[in-house]
Amino acid sequence: MSAAPRRALPPWAEIGLLPLVNVALALITVGIIVMAIGVDPLRALNLLVVGALGSSEAIGYTLYYATNFAFTGLAVAVAFHAGLFNIGGEGQAYIGGLGAGLCVLALDRFLPGVIVVPLAILAAAAFGAAWAAVPAWLQAHRGSHIVITTIMFNFVAAALMVYLMVNVLIAPGSMTPQSRGFEGTRMPAMHEVLAALGITVAQSALNLSILLAIVCCVGVWAFLWHTPWGYALRTMGHNPDAATYAGNDLKKLTMIAMCLSGALAGFVGVNEILGVHQRLVLDFTAGYGFAGIAVSLMGRNHPLGIALAALLFGALQQGGAELAFEIPAMTREMVVVIQGLVILFSGALANLPRPWLQALLARVRRA
Amino acid sequence: MGNRHHAAAHPSRRALRALFRVRPESGAAPAIELRGIDKSFGTVRANRGVSLSVAKGSITGIVGENGAGKSTLMSILYGLYEADAGEILVDGQAVRMRGPADAIARGIGMVHQHFMLVAPFTVLENLVLGAEGGAVLRRGLAAARAELARLASEYGLSVDPDAVVGDLSVGEQQRVEILKVLFRGARVLILDEPSAVLTPQETDQLFRILATLKERGVTVLLITHKLREIMAATDTVFVMRQGEVVAERRTADTNPEELAELMVGRKVRLTLEKDAVATGDVLLKAEKLDLTDSRGVKLLDGVDLELRAGEIVGIAGVSGNGQTELLQILSGIRRPTGGRLQVRGRVIDTSHPTDPAEMRTLGLCHVPEDRQRQGMVAPFRAAETSILGYHKLKPFTRRGLLDHVATTAHCGLLMERFDVRPPIPALRSSSFSGGNQQKLVLAREMDRTPRILLVGQPTRGVDIGAIEFIHRQLVAARDAGCAVLVVSVELDEILSLSDRIVVMFGGRIVGELPAAKADERTLGLMMANAHA
Ligand SMILES: Nc1ncnc2c1ncn2[C@@H]1O[C@H](COP(=O)(O)OP(=O)(O)OP(=O)(O)O)[C@@H](O)[C@H]1O
Ligand SMILES: [Mg+2]
Repeated sequence: MSAAPRRALPPWAEIGLLPLVNVALALITVGIIVMAIGVDPLRALNLLVVGALGSSEAIGYTLYYATNFAFTGLAVAVAFHAGLFNIGGEGQAYIGGLGAGLCVLALDRFLPGVIVVPLAILAAAAFGAAWAAVPAWLQAHRGSHIVITTIMFNFVAAALMVYLMVNVLIAPGSMTPQSRGFEGTRMPAMHEVLAALGITVAQSALNLSILLAIVCCVGVWAFLWHTPWGYALRTMGHNPDAATYAGNDLKKLTMIAMCLSGALAGFVGVNEILGVHQRLVLDFTAGYGFAGIAVSLMGRNHPLGIALAALLFGALQQGGAELAFEIPAMTREMVVVIQGLVILFSGALANLPRPWLQALLARVRRA
Repeated sequence: MGNRHHAAAHPSRRALRALFRVRPESGAAPAIELRGIDKSFGTVRANRGVSLSVAKGSITGIVGENGAGKSTLMSILYGLYEADAGEILVDGQAVRMRGPADAIARGIGMVHQHFMLVAPFTVLENLVLGAEGGAVLRRGLAAARAELARLASEYGLSVDPDAVVGDLSVGEQQRVEILKVLFRGARVLILDEPSAVLTPQETDQLFRILATLKERGVTVLLITHKLREIMAATDTVFVMRQGEVVAERRTADTNPEELAELMVGRKVRLTLEKDAVATGDVLLKAEKLDLTDSRGVKLLDGVDLELRAGEIVGIAGVSGNGQTELLQILSGIRRPTGGRLQVRGRVIDTSHPTDPAEMRTLGLCHVPEDRQRQGMVAPFRAAETSILGYHKLKPFTRRGLLDHVATTAHCGLLMERFDVRPPIPALRSSSFSGGNQQKLVLAREMDRTPRILLVGQPTRGVDIGAIEFIHRQLVAARDAGCAVLVVSVELDEILSLSDRIVVMFGGRIVGELPAAKADERTLGLMMANAHA
């Protein structure tokens, strides 16, 4: 009965302080590395922050990236609460984009955009869910480990997309593997919408998909903690024996959790295909699916935490790109190292500062 | 007993008193001394100013109601928690326990109620785990084997070093845990409710082992709810109530009635009174139930059983003879591989399976044997655990959304009715003491006013005041026309609760008799299948 952790942090420190300390530790480490290659770390930090938040264009891009991270982070979290590790966000996002694209390509010449866009969103969710459903079914009914199968499905998705783009969906006469452009159907860009409301901001890739991401954050939170299905899902995640005892069908719950997870990942396709590319292209997922694992981890699998982590990752992505542009010594690879360190410190090493914080808080309380 | 606190404050008086205290090893400092230990979890004060001293080479008992703070105190001694205030002295020296490693280094070992063994490893491998003795495992293992043989002969603790732990009985696994502690050189052994999971026979063996350990100079700290064990095994006993030590008695100078009263603060009736049985319709009928596992082992073999409204049927048997599996099948968790089950008219067999959800709609409720593994979800708030299995029902779910207000109110009511302490629905389920977790699960199931109630180990880990209460609740359910099936390894419990007793052995029902005709001896013989 005494297997409880020796001392726990109060919730505010757990959710607020610990991640901040983790990020700070990562930035200090980054600073040392940056110094080692002869770059002034303060200048780099300044460029990073200005690059991510310094202008309305920068903020637009940061939010656009954050949208993708939020979708995949939520996808990982939903599965995680059910005790499942969905490593297949990348593939589900890819196939979700395919669904959205196919839907638009099929309908955009007959129906107005206001009708096609919602249908395409549904198609992205359905395709993403379907791509997650296969590993889920294999796990539920055949006991194939979901980590393995979802990883394999990432490769299958990549291969399938290449085949489809090169052989089937390629625009006639095109030299690059991309479909024809969508006609009159796309997710409205944020700067246009704001302009219509009389607010001028610089042009960026940010589009209305971010509203969908916010809806998803609230929706996941409501689903997990305020619906009977969320309750059942969390029961299974914490204690499958108790879930069985309570009369839940674990196979069905596994399917539900993974399909939801896949649908959320599929929304990356909405942001990318409907919002930015406005045609089907290759490789638009660009690692967002994998980063979702880190986002979810850093956000403590809670939608609010995930939203914050997604913003941080979006800022790193955007600020990192600016950094690489401004300082030649800071190559793209260096930026990846920075992101990697943040992931390392807030993910794998998340509990490293815990004992220090505990001791510190205990001392503060005693004083 | 205020004098304990005064003792802490006035060293001279303590010294004086110490002169008169009986000590097996006179003159030596106490093996363990705790002074003014305080520990709070949020607003819950689990220990307040606890002072006690344990003589070297003695067996010291600690008793107290559920949630009195016994486990917390031992966890502090073992370094799992840090006290907010107070001192720990080992062999007269003040020490600070930063973690179990410190405790082990001081020769203090603890056997947890939930064993910490690696099931696929052998006894020997489990023994050296964390104390492998160098990079070359083989050398460490050889040394461990010799040491194990020495311990086995010295303390009379025989276990096959090459047996796989997962294949051992619960009693044997516990012996491995004790060996593990001794192997690390412990001179003080803490046992937290060691007999809760044991059969009476295994319990007897355990207490023989403890007696040997004592002879060899090992100090034993024993937490238990069974006053019989306290009376039989201990030299001294401390009584805790609401975080404080309220009494210290020499075992020879006290009796179970006094201890019970000290614990609960009122007189406890240790015998159960109930009216004559008035049975009604058959509500549950099992015919030739078979269960064969994937390896082809027969776990249940042609089990026939009838449950009638208004009776309590007790299943007696050494644990591991099919009782667990029978409960799983009757509650719909597991499917039988053969035979037929009728629950209030619904026929269940291999081609018409069921599930726990359907069983609940038929009015069958189930208090699982293992509350931590099945009955609750450790990280859930108590309120969430209090609707496990019923979360889709009104008022817990309304128009597709969980109603947290209703759930919390419901949990508060259950806690009040079953005296779950502390009565805080927002507290994490795992933060409740063992007995209070059990009361919460029982409360949840009994609150549904079931027509059929299956109860596994109803009072495991529950204090005597609560046992009295739970038994009366079960009898009240029976009087209201519920069919109650009780599985328990406690013969006393089976004998005092049941109207009819069924004995299981080797997956079969080997005997049945009305409670009036049963006594411990006949049941014991039947359980060992001596006259089959
Ligand atoms: N980790 C924790 N967080 C919050 N409260 C706790 C925690 N551990 C124990 N408590 C509370 O401290 C009190 C003492 O608990 P403890 O487990 O020591 O009781 P106990 O005497 O061992 O009871 P039992 O006989 O039921 O095992 C209880 O009210 C319990 O709810
Ligand atoms: Mg306890």
